[in-house]
Amino acid sequence: MSRPDTPRTHLEERTPVVEMRSIRKTFLDVVANRDVDFTLYKGEICALLGENGAGKTTLMNILFGYYAADSGEIRIGGEKVSLSSPRDAITRRIGMVHQHFTLVPSQTVLENTVVGSCGGFFLDMGKARRKLLELQRRFGLHVDPDAPVWTLPIGGQQKVEILKALYRDAHILILDEPTAVLAPLETMELFGTLRALAAEGCSVVFISHKLYEVMEIADRVVVLSKGSVAAERETRDTDERELANLMVGRELAVQRHSGSQRRGDPTLEIRSLSVRNDKELEAVKELSLAIRSGEILGMAGVSGNGQRELAEALFGLRVPDGGDVLLGGKPLPPGKPKTAVDRKMARIPEDRMTTGLLLELTVEENLVLENHASFRSFGMLDHAAIGRHADRLIGEFGITTDGRRAVARTLSGGNLQKIILARELSASPRAVVAAQPTRGLDVGAIEYVHKRILEARESGAAILLISEDLDEIFLLADRIAVMYEGRIMGIAERDEASREQVGLWMSGVNEPCA
Amino acid sequence: MIVSKRAPLPGWIQLLVPVGAVLATLLLSAIPILIAGGDLWLSYASLFKGALGTRYNFLETCVKAAPLTFTGLAVAFAFRAKFWNIGAEGQLLAGAIAAAWVGIYAPPLPKVIVLFLVCAAGFLAGGAWATIPALLKTKYRVDDVVTTLLLNYVMWHLMGYLLFGPLQMPGSSWPRSPAVAEIARFPVLLIRSRFHLGILLALVAVLVVWFVNSKTVFGYQSRAVGVNPRAAAFGGINVNAVIMKTALLSGGLAGLAGVGEVVAIHFHLLMDISPGFGYSGIVIAMLGRLHPVGTALSAFFFSVIIVGAQSMSRLTGVPTYIAEVIQGMALIVMLIALLLTEYRVKAVRD
Repeated sequence: MSRPDTPRTHLEERTPVVEMRSIRKTFLDVVANRDVDFTLYKGEICALLGENGAGKTTLMNILFGYYAADSGEIRIGGEKVSLSSPRDAITRRIGMVHQHFTLVPSQTVLENTVVGSCGGFFLDMGKARRKLLELQRRFGLHVDPDAPVWTLPIGGQQKVEILKALYRDAHILILDEPTAVLAPLETMELFGTLRALAAEGCSVVFISHKLYEVMEIADRVVVLSKGSVAAERETRDTDERELANLMVGRELAVQRHSGSQRRGDPTLEIRSLSVRNDKELEAVKELSLAIRSGEILGMAGVSGNGQRELAEALFGLRVPDGGDVLLGGKPLPPGKPKTAVDRKMARIPEDRMTTGLLLELTVEENLVLENHASFRSFGMLDHAAIGRHADRLIGEFGITTDGRRAVARTLSGGNLQKIILARELSASPRAVVAAQPTRGLDVGAIEYVHKRILEARESGAAILLISEDLDEIFLLADRIAVMYEGRIMGIAERDEASREQVGLWMSGVNEPCA
Repeated sequence: MIVSKRAPLPGWIQLLVPVGAVLATLLLSAIPILIAGGDLWLSYASLFKGALGTRYNFLETCVKAAPLTFTGLAVAFAFRAKFWNIGAEGQLLAGAIAAAWVGIYAPPLPKVIVLFLVCAAGFLAGGAWATIPALLKTKYRVDDVVTTLLLNYVMWHLMGYLLFGPLQMPGSSWPRSPAVAEIARFPVLLIRSRFHLGILLALVAVLVVWFVNSKTVFGYQSRAVGVNPRAAAFGGINVNAVIMKTALLSGGLAGLAGVGEVVAIHFHLLMDISPGFGYSGIVIAMLGRLHPVGTALSAFFFSVIIVGAQSMSRLTGVPTYIAEVIQGMALIVMLIALLLTEYRVKAVRD
């Protein structure tokens, strides 16, 4: 995406609206913010950039009154404040849109917007509606005020969250990774809204770890690294490469891995698979795909287009309405995770905490989740063998832990994912289904996951990589498919696929790029 | 007030928590004892003397601890797998009915075989009764707390029907079954006491549950289902089968509590065969942190309270239902202690 050359005249005044000084916050032994200074100026869009765990969200949660800082001082509009709850922050005209929305699904857009902001006993809905429509017009946030929130796509729900903040007269808007859930076109729309807000004198904090977006939307970038401010730059004085280096402290690896040298026969085949979601709606519609051994098929798409249901059907967690999944030419029985495991399908689920791991059990117990029965002798578990198995995998996959008996919950996100990788990939799988395998991981862990997935490809596995991260798809995949509303919108060899084309497919546009 | 998650505490503190809870409970018990007009020193002295002071009293405390151990284990085993079995009381009654039935009509076989049949019948009856809510949970997602609890009343009334009908002692107008045959009774193991075979069985059950939990494939699967059923299913574990087996074992253990009460204590089936052993089992399991050994120890503690309260009542006039007050306090204290081990609570002034 190119950077538009909009003049940024409103930057000239430079009136600080928020000044955070020496903010320190620790959680148990972990220092999340280490004497952070952060200033936000009137009418600017400021990006907070950093890896996962760099302390971006913590800092903003302190500004929004969710957490109390251990030490440090906050000034809003020059006045020293103490924010002990979001309510305090809201009265100081701060609004925050979290990654996970806080909407009431069964209520309408209008009802969600006014909730919590109506003092007094009576609610003047007519007046509220007029105010809402005015805000929608001014900032291009068009959603039907009478639509129940659950009927809206994620992008629409995000608009409601923003409207909610603006309805309460927010002048400082904090957005926590707002584009993580958006399609490219929705992102464009959001950026339009943010520019309109800045033009009216509002200040926006934009938390992200996507460099090209930061370059496109922000006036200024504050880079956090390990809880401290690593650098501050005007976007016009920097570039993506420099920011990436500031963020991770080293050059990123090459941007594209070479394609597979030896692709074999179709190993994982999906034949007109139809799957319903939890709301009993068709989420996957007669989808067919064939993935050859030694090949990575990257499945791109905005979340909520059936990827989750597709993955769950392949994992055996969800029984499809119809269609077949074939592994090595033989059909897999539906709804039988055990058979998938036995037939050597490695499965990396997108919710590693809730689906992939037993957080209250130990590392070694997690490592044998799928094959504990093979450590059986006379109905008893051979704990010594399980321990040796665990020690071997901990070494082989470099899992950082206090030992195999450590409770899984005590491990970091990257190491938890390594447990899953070790469990799934160590048994030389024939097929790998990886759903969002790097979501929420830091750069180092992401690189590690990529390395292991490529190794699995080299040893001949057929790999379905479902990811919302286009960079990841372009980095790893041999072929790229895009899922849109339960169907394959388009599929292409990576070297023939352009980012724009994939982006169009993701937005449901099915025409070739000019 | 701010409540925030704590870092996991070291193991030795975790072990001390129930001990601390017991001491706190005993201290807090001073309040109701004082309200009831008891002399504190005399009350505590008579409580412990009554429960532990003489050989006979000590053995009586063991006798009382046996059914409590069984129901505590039943609850602990089920709770570990997140099968919320509040129905140990009903399963105990089912076991008692089955044991009475086999015991009354005991076939002329060697005593070992008859005793085995009595236990097997009680175990299976309790287990079968527990599989009903398990089936409803796995097939139709019916809440197990509700079904296990309500089935207690169903079983109690079913027992009422039997004791006023087919199982009523001929010629009696009381709801009371005929006596179980001599051959079907648990032998007394120590002279001049009621220390019977069932107490040994309870200790064996502690070992068996510990073994199953920590050493077997089923124990692993049951723990996996307990901490995260979705991940367990993902890993290829048949979650429904695990819940069914857990229910069977849990109900069976509760059923064995009923067996002992019939063939070692009362020798008849009676409407008040259980003074709420099944419900006490919940508190006992919680106090024992769902660990089999902890459960056995906490069952013994409860038994001390129940037996001791009787002699305290005789000597000081504090009513015996002080035992139930203390049980209730033990649960509340333990729940607060568990909360404090996982969360830090800080008072903040605005």
